[in-house]
Amino acid sequence: MTNASGTPSPAPGPPVPVYLDSASSEALHPAAREVLLAALDQGYADPRRLHGPARSARLLLDNAREAVAGCLAVRPDEVTFTPSGTDAVHRGLLGLHAGRSRSGSAIVHTAVEHSAVLHAAHWAGGEHVSVGVDRLGRVDPDELARAASDPASGGATVAAVQSANHEVGTLQPVAAVAGALGDVPVFMDACASAGRLPLPDGWAAAAASAHKWGGPAGVGVLLVRKGARWRNPFPVDDRVDERAAGFENVPAALAAAAALQAVVAERDEVAPRQSALIDRIRAGVAAVPDVEVVGDPDGRLPHLVTFSCLYVDGEALVTELDRRGFGVASGSACTASTLEPSHVLAAMGVLTHGNVRVSLTRDTTEAGVERFLAELPDVVRGIRAELGI
Amino acid sequence: MPDADLELDCRGMLCPLPVIELGRHLTDVAVGGTIAVLATDVAARVDVPAWCRMREQEYVGEDAAEDGTPRYLVRRLS
Repeated sequence: MTNASGTPSPAPGPPVPVYLDSASSEALHPAAREVLLAALDQGYADPRRLHGPARSARLLLDNAREAVAGCLAVRPDEVTFTPSGTDAVHRGLLGLHAGRSRSGSAIVHTAVEHSAVLHAAHWAGGEHVSVGVDRLGRVDPDELARAASDPASGGATVAAVQSANHEVGTLQPVAAVAGALGDVPVFMDACASAGRLPLPDGWAAAAASAHKWGGPAGVGVLLVRKGARWRNPFPVDDRVDERAAGFENVPAALAAAAALQAVVAERDEVAPRQSALIDRIRAGVAAVPDVEVVGDPDGRLPHLVTFSCLYVDGEALVTELDRRGFGVASGSACTASTLEPSHVLAAMGVLTHGNVRVSLTRDTTEAGVERFLAELPDVVRGIRAELGI
Repeated sequence: MPDADLELDCRGMLCPLPVIELGRHLTDVAVGGTIAVLATDVAARVDVPAWCRMREQEYVGEDAAEDGTPRYLVRRLS
């Protein structure tokens, strides 16, 4: 075989693996790698000390904070680095809850929040009220506001509304929810969308996670709006930032900021390209018999789509796709550590078995997507055939 | 809820087997007839109604069998 220039093409080897699980974690952005390596040598000291190496570490941490603030259109003093996105969720939600403990005791949340929000609401110990979503996974602002003002709940302290759903990609009407709620502050879990889309307005505190935008793991971002009534729900610590606890991971925070800057700078090019590939997947997958694509086709994250295959075991699907080189996630019960089906899919009233979530990386190619679409029907057919369907 | 024309005992089966059984036996009842699915697997609570929507059959509702197993009732429409 020869290519257009007449030179022999290399023999075809095994197919290149296609990683389609960026919503779980995206590989380190090249911009973050360089910064991380440099900062490991320059940012090791305690940023609270007064000597030269400490001043270097403090400078890097302040730079990271300013860069993140710039990317997310907030003030630097509204940014806190935490040890994870989950920790930022806990501090954001429970800090607003604690700040309004005289106004009530109930936490209101959408039924499709991340489990980190649900566990934190449960841990808080008071009432927690779950508000349902429509078939596309979107909450109704008025319904959420009614639940927050329902006297039966004893008064809401805070309402948790994600910016976008992590399993199906549907965007939530955060600003409209905040408008409908009035005095009750909104905690926004922005882990699924931060960096990929501008943050919506209306929230009092928010959380994000660096490894979902190509920063290192172990860096969360807590945002607390100036003037928000936020009180530390956990033991305080005498660190640089009063909202966090523990020794700052300065190199990782700086690398997270560098990745975020790169992702935001590339966003106008990457998001439309990813969104077009998702449209292609939505159309291609819908052509497979008895497969339902779920989530909002339009008001969605640019890089993520979820579908469910009738009569197919989710674990078999993920395993066979992996064998063929495709890394995907699933919300089916048999693939979950809890053995419960996804509470997101259940709240939407869509099939929980045979579920696959595809989420693109910044360098996912059209060829990779087309190969996935070419192989999927055969994978589904094979699993159904084993079950005699 | 009324007795079903056909009862499928899917106790102990994991997803998606209860829904597969339902799909297999739909045509065992006449149009307008009902099938009850007894399933211990928690996914059936979501998946049986979702199957009905996808297959344009009627999901009648849920009750419990004598031993407490959830029982999901479906009416064949076509």
